[in-house]
Amino acid sequence: MELFFRKIAQLSASLVFVILAATTIVLYLSAKPAIEEFGVKFLFESRWGEEEKVELSPTELSDLESLEADKGAPINDDFIEDDDDFIMDDEDFITDDDMEFGDNKSRVVYGALVPIVGTVFSTLIAMLFSVPIAMGIAVFLSEIAPGALAKPVGIAIELLASIPSIIYGMWGLFYFGPFIAGLFGGNTVSLLVAGLVLGIMVIPFMAALSRDAITTVPDMLKESAYAMGATKLEVIKDVVFPYARSGIIGSIILSFGRALGETMAVAFVIGGVYQFAGKVTDPTNSIPVVLANSFAESSGLSLSVLFYLALILFVLSFIVIASAKVYFLRKK
Amino acid sequence: MKNMMEVKDLTFTYSGASEPSLKAISLPVEKNKVTALIGPSGCGKSTLLRGMNRIHDLYPGHRYEGAINLLNADEKAYTNILDIKKEAELIRLRQRVGMIFQKPTPFPMTIFENIAYGLRLSGVKKRTELQEVVEQSLRDAALWEEAKDRLSHDARGLSGGQQQRLCIARAIALKPEVILFDEPTSALDPISTLAIEEMISVLREQYSICIVTHNMQQAARISDYTGFMYLGEMIEFDQTDTIFMKPSQKQTEDYISGRFG
Ligand SMILES: Nc1ncnc2c1ncn2[C@@H]1O[C@H](COP(=O)(O)OP(=O)(O)OP(=O)(O)O)[C@@H](O)[C@H]1O
Ligand SMILES: [Mg+2]
Repeated sequence: MELFFRKIAQLSASLVFVILAATTIVLYLSAKPAIEEFGVKFLFESRWGEEEKVELSPTELSDLESLEADKGAPINDDFIEDDDDFIMDDEDFITDDDMEFGDNKSRVVYGALVPIVGTVFSTLIAMLFSVPIAMGIAVFLSEIAPGALAKPVGIAIELLASIPSIIYGMWGLFYFGPFIAGLFGGNTVSLLVAGLVLGIMVIPFMAALSRDAITTVPDMLKESAYAMGATKLEVIKDVVFPYARSGIIGSIILSFGRALGETMAVAFVIGGVYQFAGKVTDPTNSIPVVLANSFAESSGLSLSVLFYLALILFVLSFIVIASAKVYFLRKK
Repeated sequence: MKNMMEVKDLTFTYSGASEPSLKAISLPVEKNKVTALIGPSGCGKSTLLRGMNRIHDLYPGHRYEGAINLLNADEKAYTNILDIKKEAELIRLRQRVGMIFQKPTPFPMTIFENIAYGLRLSGVKKRTELQEVVEQSLRDAALWEEAKDRLSHDARGLSGGQQQRLCIARAIALKPEVILFDEPTSALDPISTLAIEEMISVLREQYSICIVTHNMQQAARISDYTGFMYLGEMIEFDQTDTIFMKPSQKQTEDYISGRFG
């Protein structure tokens, strides 16, 4: 029986790794054509779905020039224009690309920079906004509020944390966005609104988890600090937070991960346009929103591009969470 | 004035309780002596001790009646600590009346910072002064030899017995007048227990001590006075020898001889 349970437990634990590996592999394989097409440049390219004439590097250009010189036929614009018309869609373009190396051609360019920047900044705004508020709520509920108040408010927070994110999105679009636009000017859908809606969405989640971490601090430990002449603020700062540190940081990291990958709440309020937000009140885009909005109408290379984007989000979340863990939890 | 503290007719009721947990308790804590409190579980020993530094007041709604007098610094008169209303004075009281708990409670910081903590709270910033006090307190708590090379390590890496000595060092760093011990050895092994008992006998020369214990041998070994409590009342208070050799109350005799409790 003992052995049986141990085997089951081992199986469940290894399942985690299997799922992780399988996800990574599927993402990578589906993204492969796009990775081969665009390479790392994809990360720094801000255009999305625009056609461009292929620019050749100087060496390629000189090669081409000597080639053209041999032929005695100089490059002219008409010829390129013609080529543009000839390429109708992605599939054609790929075969075209394979067959005619070194010729003038155009292709559709995809770049991830706008959604990457949008994702990173909306998440940062969300975190800057939510961490202090959530910590305040957690401390209030666990250390300051009398039991008669802490219980119902605690339950309310847990309920808020379980509201589906699409509802936050709708609320953001119809009420919060216009409110923010009235306050700071700019659009009713923007990077700022997206960040704040995200922040509001993760506050209850973060507060509930942090409160749970804080309530694990033994009364006797807090009393010993009071018995040394500490004030409430000092006890919270010097004893409660350091003791509950790993739990609190864990709650922030989990919330960060949630904000980074949040789709529905952001889709309503970020604007979904492929341009950088010059001001925080401008609309922009984020990775999950691009994915959700574009899957239906994509195929071939443009679909593979979405998988590439998904892979980037995956790696981004992984790096952020792993480095946060390593950085904050390195000392016991 | 040979009493450092005097509890006078103290009646204490927990918030929401219908019956008081302490009923008209009187007890002296003599200067540079060890006063032990014994009695069966739930008789109110911790409740009494926690009144003496008003740690009860962290939670609202408890009620005190009577008086707990603490000798003023000039040793000429007493102040009733139950009259204290201001937060700052309560803090001052807790620095004068230190407390050691049932389990070791190292703060989540280094050994050095644990001991310097109380001083930092009271505004001491000079590194050399802190270092001096930390070393002296660790020496007094018989922990210096073991801890001197790891002052910058997390205090939670010490053994249970060392942690409890750290807590004592932390309390005496503040130079309190009274130290309250609530079953300080109940979570420790016999060797660590002995180390703490020896330390208490030494600390007595500088501090006035009140200790709650479940262990009657311990009370007999280390205390000068013993109070026997039962159901929230002080049944008998006398010199430890008298309590253990010829108690005047039947209940005390029964408890000492292990016939109840
Ligand atoms: N926070 C509280 N609220 C209400 N009643 C309490 C509270 N703490 C203790 N009591 C009651 O007060 C009485 C005395 O408790 P106390 O903890 O002082 O006993 P004790 O002598 O220290 O026992 P032990 O030896 O088990 O530690 C008990 O009847 C207990 O139920
Ligand atoms: Mg007790």
